[in-house]
Amino acid sequence: MEKDRIKKILLVGNPNVGKSVIFSRLTGVDVIVSNYPGTTVEYLKGNLSIGDEKIEVVDVPGTYSLEPTSPAEEVAVNMLKKSIEEKDSIILNIIDSTNLERNLNLTLQVLQLDIPVIVVLNFWDEVKHIGIKIDVKRLEEILGVPVFTTCAISGEGIKELITNLNMAKKGSLHFKEKDRWKEVGKIVGEVQRITHKHHTFLEKLQEWTIHPQTAIPISIVLVFIFFYIIRFIGEGLINFLLDPFFNNILIHPISFLSKILSFNRCLHNIFIGELIDGKIDYKLSFGLLTTGLYVEFGQVLPYVFSFYLVLSFLEDSGYLPRLAVIFDRIMHIVGLHGMGIIPMLLGFGCNVPGILSTRILETRRARFIAITLMSISIPCMSLTAMIFGLLGKYGIKGILPVYLTLFLIWLTGGMIMKFFSKGEVPEIFLEIPPYRIPYFKGMMKKVWIRIKWFIKDATPYVLLGIFIVNILYTFKIIDFMGRITGKFFLKFFSIPPEAAVAIIVGFLRKDVAVGMLAPLNLGLKQLVISTTMLAISFPCAATFATILKEIGLKDLLKSTGIMLITAFITGILLNLIIP
Amino acid sequence: MIKKDLTMVESGKSFVVKEIAGGIGSKKRLEAFGIVPGVVLKKLSSQIMRGPVVLSIKNTQVAIGYGMAKKIIVEEIGNGEG
Repeated sequence: MEKDRIKKILLVGNPNVGKSVIFSRLTGVDVIVSNYPGTTVEYLKGNLSIGDEKIEVVDVPGTYSLEPTSPAEEVAVNMLKKSIEEKDSIILNIIDSTNLERNLNLTLQVLQLDIPVIVVLNFWDEVKHIGIKIDVKRLEEILGVPVFTTCAISGEGIKELITNLNMAKKGSLHFKEKDRWKEVGKIVGEVQRITHKHHTFLEKLQEWTIHPQTAIPISIVLVFIFFYIIRFIGEGLINFLLDPFFNNILIHPISFLSKILSFNRCLHNIFIGELIDGKIDYKLSFGLLTTGLYVEFGQVLPYVFSFYLVLSFLEDSGYLPRLAVIFDRIMHIVGLHGMGIIPMLLGFGCNVPGILSTRILETRRARFIAITLMSISIPCMSLTAMIFGLLGKYGIKGILPVYLTLFLIWLTGGMIMKFFSKGEVPEIFLEIPPYRIPYFKGMMKKVWIRIKWFIKDATPYVLLGIFIVNILYTFKIIDFMGRITGKFFLKFFSIPPEAAVAIIVGFLRKDVAVGMLAPLNLGLKQLVISTTMLAISFPCAATFATILKEIGLKDLLKSTGIMLITAFITGILLNLIIP
Repeated sequence: MIKKDLTMVESGKSFVVKEIAGGIGSKKRLEAFGIVPGVVLKKLSSQIMRGPVVLSIKNTQVAIGYGMAKKIIVEEIGNGEG
């Protein structure tokens, strides 16, 4: 095929073979990559520029077979068919070279298609480490298409691949379809030699983390360790970096501005907020440039950073699929299977990517349960950071009731939804990748991509939230809302009207809403009830929009109904239980 | 030798797949990993309370739900590498 006729490159391969890293290398588009099957749940498109030419590159979600077994694979296969008809595309079939045999099954299916193919042996550096030898020349001869080797994570081999794209050829291998696996076995026997195989530490770890006797204790210990690391880094950043920055440096220009604006009460209120004892208080003043900046960058961002650091490590190491296996039974209680734990974990960072990743679940019912549970009972990092800020001073007595309540809601809510919705719980069917030592640069890049998303997505809502709260205060609307809802909230949940308003503001941004509770001088009981109800009630605007996009208006309304009832019941129960 | 399904046999041993006692859907999913009659696989572990079975086939580890594992009928071929 002539180079100038290639319009599109499709990256096709099994899940978790590094397609997204290669995509990122070809297009320069930053994407999230991890070490578990199904990280890419939507098509990613980008452009590869060669000279003045632009070629579209499509990162097709991973599939094990061209005979689709799930809706996601079906979409992948249909996409391939369309490109074949258009006759302007080539396929880069990405293979995990440490796993030649399983990967070639798809390759053999791809070679039957009427489309030029290049085979790319990725993870080529690892092959040498584990003592596998692959005869690339011989493989090329057998398959009848060019074979290139790459180590995408470090970029090795990518340049050569790009300059040789025009060598893509249609496959010339012939075999009987029902003997496909036999053919694969024959090819592997011919091109692959396993020279030596010694048990590495990572392989030992692999055994320990899959046998229940050792895996369950290890998982519990790990969860605690990671929780403490998240807190340690988050708090450390706040105490030694951000608080000093806000209190010693940023305070000067803001105080200066406060003096300039003092002529206009309204402007001063919006930008600086109220002075507490004649001074700016970042937590209580509630202006755009004081509390607004402080909530997002001084309190939430450090936790978001430390959470994503830990999460990225877990993702890249390959531990998450093991966690899915260990927790499969527990996830079945709430009507999901083990893979459901991955969206939940992502949800602890931010519900939006968590909801998107529920696409790895097979059925609509599972997705509805996962999304509803997440938006009700998984507090995102913004919320968690604020809860720690507000209740941290009470220690375990303040934090535990909130999280224990949320966990119990997760469990019972899931059981109830499972009971009332029809359908079977699909079974887990999951490839468990080998452990890999996370590649530091790649990991940091991923943290950076996520931090950028957070800042871009959260900032407008945080500022808008604070702006609206100030407007509402200025026009006494909050007093009015408090008056009409106050009695109700006081009677059922023992929380004052101002806290009730915070729950309504929570629709925009949870962290701002929790911030509103700070100046109210609430007692422990009131704080626990109002933060828990805040966590349960309306997900923030961004989450709401994502749910609408993912499951449609009808299910969104259903989910919201469940959420309102849960918040109401929980508020009443907590009010009765807590002395 | 008596035929058993994958949930009934011991971890750490290798087996020959005799039959996939399931519908076309299960067969297709298992086929994608090369789990077809005649192939050798090694059972690595099973989780408590009817949890998933982890097996190793062609250098790949796969976790399969209990119900699906019940559909894989195997015959032991002695201990050793799978």
